[in-house]
Amino acid sequence: MRRLEIEGLSVRLPRGADRAFAIEEVSLHLDAGEILCVVGESGSGKSVTAAAVMGLLAPGLSVAAGRMRLSGEDLGGKSPEEWRRLRGRRVAMVFQEPMTALNPVMRVGAQLAEMWRVHLGLDRREAEARALSALREVNLPDPEGALRAFPHELSGGQRQRVMIAMALALEPEVLICDEPTTALDVTTQAQVLALIRDLQRRHGTAVMFITHDFGVVAEIADRVAVMQHGRVVEQGAAREILTRPAHPYTRALLAAVPGVAAPAPRLLSPDAVLEVRGLSKTYAARGLFRRRRPVRALADVSLTLRRGATLAVVGESGSGKSTLARCVVGLLGADGGEIVIGGAPLPRRRREAARLVQMVFQDPYASLNPRRRAGAQVAQGPIAAGVPPGKALEEARRLFALVGLDPAAVTRFPHEFSGGQRQRIGIARALALQPQVLVADEPVSALDVSVQAQVLALLRDLQARLGLSILFITHDLRVAAQLCDEVAVMRQGEVVEAGRIGEVFAAPRHPYTRSLIEAIPGRALLGR
Amino acid sequence: MRALRAYLRSPPALIGSAILLAVLFMAATAQWFYPNDPLGLAGRPLQWPGANPRFPLGTDPSGRDIAAQLFHGARVSLLIGIVATAIAVLIGIAMGAVAGFYGGWVDTGLMRVTEAFQTLPNFLLLLVLVAVFGSGIETVTVAIGLVSWPPVARLTRAEFLTLRTREFVQACRVQGLSDAHLILREVLPNALPPVIVYASVVMAVAILLESALAFLQLSDPNVPSWGNLIGLGRNVLRTEWYVSAIPGVAILLTILGVSLVGQGLNDALNPRLASGR
Repeated sequence: MRRLEIEGLSVRLPRGADRAFAIEEVSLHLDAGEILCVVGESGSGKSVTAAAVMGLLAPGLSVAAGRMRLSGEDLGGKSPEEWRRLRGRRVAMVFQEPMTALNPVMRVGAQLAEMWRVHLGLDRREAEARALSALREVNLPDPEGALRAFPHELSGGQRQRVMIAMALALEPEVLICDEPTTALDVTTQAQVLALIRDLQRRHGTAVMFITHDFGVVAEIADRVAVMQHGRVVEQGAAREILTRPAHPYTRALLAAVPGVAAPAPRLLSPDAVLEVRGLSKTYAARGLFRRRRPVRALADVSLTLRRGATLAVVGESGSGKSTLARCVVGLLGADGGEIVIGGAPLPRRRREAARLVQMVFQDPYASLNPRRRAGAQVAQGPIAAGVPPGKALEEARRLFALVGLDPAAVTRFPHEFSGGQRQRIGIARALALQPQVLVADEPVSALDVSVQAQVLALLRDLQARLGLSILFITHDLRVAAQLCDEVAVMRQGEVVEAGRIGEVFAAPRHPYTRSLIEAIPGRALLGR
Repeated sequence: MRALRAYLRSPPALIGSAILLAVLFMAATAQWFYPNDPLGLAGRPLQWPGANPRFPLGTDPSGRDIAAQLFHGARVSLLIGIVATAIAVLIGIAMGAVAGFYGGWVDTGLMRVTEAFQTLPNFLLLLVLVAVFGSGIETVTVAIGLVSWPPVARLTRAEFLTLRTREFVQACRVQGLSDAHLILREVLPNALPPVIVYASVVMAVAILLESALAFLQLSDPNVPSWGNLIGLGRNVLRTEWYVSAIPGVAILLTILGVSLVGQGLNDALNPRLASGR
């Protein structure tokens, strides 16, 4: 039975945007009991499609052509009041960020109960009873406790379960999931995907699942629609598209999905350029009245990075890997242990440490000053170290060329570059001081897969040419396998397993490593 | 450039700019239209506006030309507004930047000082300063600046607190740049827009504070400020109300102009807040 039908839908962008339409002539259909994955990179129009179906287009966007039908009923020309009655009851949505989608000052139980009180007019007792059974259904460990909890007291995965419970509360005909697992750790992601699949089967809901990750698609989709620049370029059965993609864009996207199998091991230099010995760091419980548990971010961490090699530090959020990166570059002081670079302890003085170790940051949008020219930001480190400004700027041009940017672009401002280009600027900035060690903190996790592959290739190329030693922090095991020689797996501030990456991934000894590898989405179908 | 275009498109900003330009015009041409001392005796006291073609706005209780005082007063009011605002903004930014950037006990210390200033009503503090240091126009201006900086400091500090943890600031730390560079080149330019907008409020308040002092006859009596003129009219308020009303309207319009410019700046510099309107 057709639950949702979209025919030739076009959504117009406001004047002055980079293109005229957000989506053009999009035709999709969704049957009862089926999961349709809409895949595409950022800017492909997948989220706009979802917003149109919810009647939640951002101000300035308008439907220019096409029809949408919900179980045969035309959605065109609905008044805001009619949309309101539709949303939640017949079409529901799960968002990417469960923290921002929940009201932070309202208890979870009250927010959940609101669904029945507002839409069905149930009284409080009855609504709360339904809330409790809904939380049981999404397998929350302590449903009674969760009812009384505030959103910040739950973990990311638990919050997303609450969101799913809320979305399914009124048994909607269509459920739209907009990147619901992107903000979650791999193991949690695997659980949430299994939950969505299970609930969808039990209720026969039609699910439109928006994602950029082909691994997730392989895990959950019945059918797939691939979007590029606002158009659906290919759609069909999941197995068909994943194994025999017809459109070149789909093929490129699939090829960009990294595998978990590591490339052949390289011969590594025996001498260590970076040694971390017994490092520990605890975030103390502060404040007179607030009682908080001290958080042990690093507990006796020891690692060795060999000269010219790449060491991956992998782990889920809260494992202490980012704290480790910040300690190694001197942004954070450790409580105990030592950091030795090139045979000497990391100097306390910022300027001296800068020549030894540099960092590439995660967010290409936040890591560049929006009000200063790109070239100046690359040259400022050498200038502070005493290089004459003219020479430093000349060097910045050379570095721009080295990382694959136009040397003339040094005079542009950060907002004139795309995310991938900005990350290249970040890499050029880190290389400007010719450090012995490069620390890369999740450098590709904010980028689209195809851009991700390009940046990884750039890092590999730079390493070969300049003999860089890289400490590579990531939560994504597939990315680590692409680039790294060795791996250290962290969990709750401790290194639980370390070794050559091929060996660790092929035969993990620690159960945690094993669970991380098993949770990688799409391994079975993609076969990598 | 984009901010400038947004500014020129907003009607309140244009009206405000026009009013301020008019006041500036008065200040600039005062010497030309009224070359004589505005505080000198000009004619019979308390002539109504229009009664004598020589005095289009009439004369005050001492027989001085109100129009001349209004023109020359524009200079004084603008000067006080600008200089006092500059003092307040400089102190406020310095305090707020250091407190917000370093945090910890530096922040605690500086913020306690700021709060100490804020707990006293600023007009009362101003009265004390003027009582102690005298009521010369320079003293009054500096004193107004000294009582107006705490909100600027708090605003700057709040901006610094969020900006200093941003990745681009950390990236600069890793590059070995000095704290002075981080504060002045990286954080401050990003923290400035709301402070600039707030400066318009400080300027409006500074002009009002001077008028209030003058009304109490505690400002410099030897300069032709608008406040002084209002103060002079106080004794004849019931019969010759125009003596106080004319400079009052001038103050009202000037402050309206400053506020409108501030609002226009706010819309131009924070486009996301403006689009909802």
